[in-house]
Amino acid sequence: MQDIIKVSALSKQFRNITAVDNLSFTVKQGDVYGFLGQNGAGKSTTIRMLLTLITPTHGTIELFGLDLRSHRIEILKQVGAIIEKPDMYKYLSAYENLKLFAKLSGVKCTDKMLMHQLEMVGLAGREKDKVKTFSQGMKQRLGIAISLIHDPKLIILDEPTNGLDPQGIADIRNLILHLSREMGKTVFVSSHLLNEIEQIATRVLIIDKGKKIVEGTAEELFDPSQTIVELDTLNNKQCMELLQQSQWQQCLQPQRSHTLLLKMHRDQLPALHKWVVEQDVGVISLQPRHTLEDFFLQVTSGKQYVEAFTD
Amino acid sequence: MWKLLQIELYKIFKRPRTYISFAAITALIGVIQLGLKMDGQAYVDFLMNSLKDNFEFDGQILNAYLVCYIILQLLLIHVPLLIALIAADMISGEANMGTLRLLLTKPVSKTQFILAKFLASSIYTFILLVWIAVFALAFSIYLFGTDDLIIQKTSYVVQIAENDVFWRYIGAFGFAFLSMLTVTALGFFLSLFAENSIGPIVTSMSIIIFFTILSTMTIPLFQKIQPYLFTTHMVNWKEFFDEKVDSQNVVIPGSIQNPQKIIDSALILVLHIVGLVSASIFIFKRKDVLS
Repeated sequence: MQDIIKVSALSKQFRNITAVDNLSFTVKQGDVYGFLGQNGAGKSTTIRMLLTLITPTHGTIELFGLDLRSHRIEILKQVGAIIEKPDMYKYLSAYENLKLFAKLSGVKCTDKMLMHQLEMVGLAGREKDKVKTFSQGMKQRLGIAISLIHDPKLIILDEPTNGLDPQGIADIRNLILHLSREMGKTVFVSSHLLNEIEQIATRVLIIDKGKKIVEGTAEELFDPSQTIVELDTLNNKQCMELLQQSQWQQCLQPQRSHTLLLKMHRDQLPALHKWVVEQDVGVISLQPRHTLEDFFLQVTSGKQYVEAFTD
Repeated sequence: MWKLLQIELYKIFKRPRTYISFAAITALIGVIQLGLKMDGQAYVDFLMNSLKDNFEFDGQILNAYLVCYIILQLLLIHVPLLIALIAADMISGEANMGTLRLLLTKPVSKTQFILAKFLASSIYTFILLVWIAVFALAFSIYLFGTDDLIIQKTSYVVQIAENDVFWRYIGAFGFAFLSMLTVTALGFFLSLFAENSIGPIVTSMSIIIFFTILSTMTIPLFQKIQPYLFTTHMVNWKEFFDEKVDSQNVVIPGSIQNPQKIIDSALILVLHIVGLVSASIFIFKRKDVLS
């Protein structure tokens, strides 16, 4: 598979703030690449550098095997993007906006093509309405139509589900899957809705404070044999002693908070549950931590589970 | 480039704000013309009061050429604000709307993008001046008719024959375009540094007012820097309305008293324009789009 994006040692410094710090990653053709990080983690800065809106302080970016700095126009012809919220000309209609950006993208679109594009994003019938009358969701749909009008090979979406209702979020998810699976596009998507990424991404990169925390496929990151279990009882000290004397001893993880941590295969959970109840230690909760959201929060805030996942 | 220019012009003329300038100009000129039509003779009598003891005037002093001259003197001070409304919004307005980042993700050269935007605002400036010319000159010709143009300068009076005036107006409007283009370039340059258009509009006007004050004050310190201020040269469209006289003190028809002054001023304005646009390109190409 061809490398569509290849980022090497990318850094961006804003005066005393390091927004992106020595970031390297590769996106292969056909990937739906989930780019995760908390607010201020450096996601938008990285995306803006991928789109030449921001000049990197250090490092290189290659798209389609070409250096971004020296082949900017050639590369951007093959890229469609939405950065943060999709803003268009409010005094123009949806149709006029789409036509204008199609022209800028170097595409000669017939009325039929433009209407088809608007239809695809569910804006048929509203094409003559000024964008200032549109809801955030409608603007987002129009933004997607604009980013796809020139049939790009790579689609970069920065928080594409922002401001959308549940139906809109589902529509975007389906559209991303359609673009990837049916049309063979490579999609680079950042989102704070982590469960969305979990459902669509073939690879995930998590960054924090501009640095890469972890990268891998969904399977690698959520290996069921590496499920972390958080156990809380009325007497954790006594429970720990019991665990150390039991068959669960080898699953115990270093304790970083008042709760107890164990690492095991997800299939072992019912047996653990049964055992703990039998010990009569007053079980408050027994929670498996295996979703991307948990993983994401753990690695970007307390980081207490990172070691467990990277053992 | 042509495609980018078309898009920029399309955007300018689709915006309601663009037409505020045209409406304001039409209203202002209309009010001046109405005032002069209703009570213009009293105004002319007041202007010529000091001359009436020594000269005898016949013909129509209050004619289209004088009306146009009065309008230009009044308007060319205020037109920069109307130009700044658009020019200072060209980049900052896009940043404010959030469209700048979307535009720059399209396969467009940043240099061409800036040049197209500047050219589009220059075309707007040109159309605005043509609009002023049509209303101030053509409509005045319809309302007041034509005759010789009599202008009172500080220490002398200029009388330009009726058939020698029109080309001077073409020259004056051409020069005024260069002056206004400097304002366009200034507003455009300042629009690079802001994310809403109010800051660059106010800054443009403040610079013009500040420089105009420096250009007109006869203090030796200021006089040293006056030749370098664009505001000093912006008013030199008036040089088209000063004739040369021969050794017998007879006016030479079709002449300009100091054409070199016009050429020098035009060159200085062109230098300002080229400098500001080049600086805009240089800065924009290195600018991080964070809006």
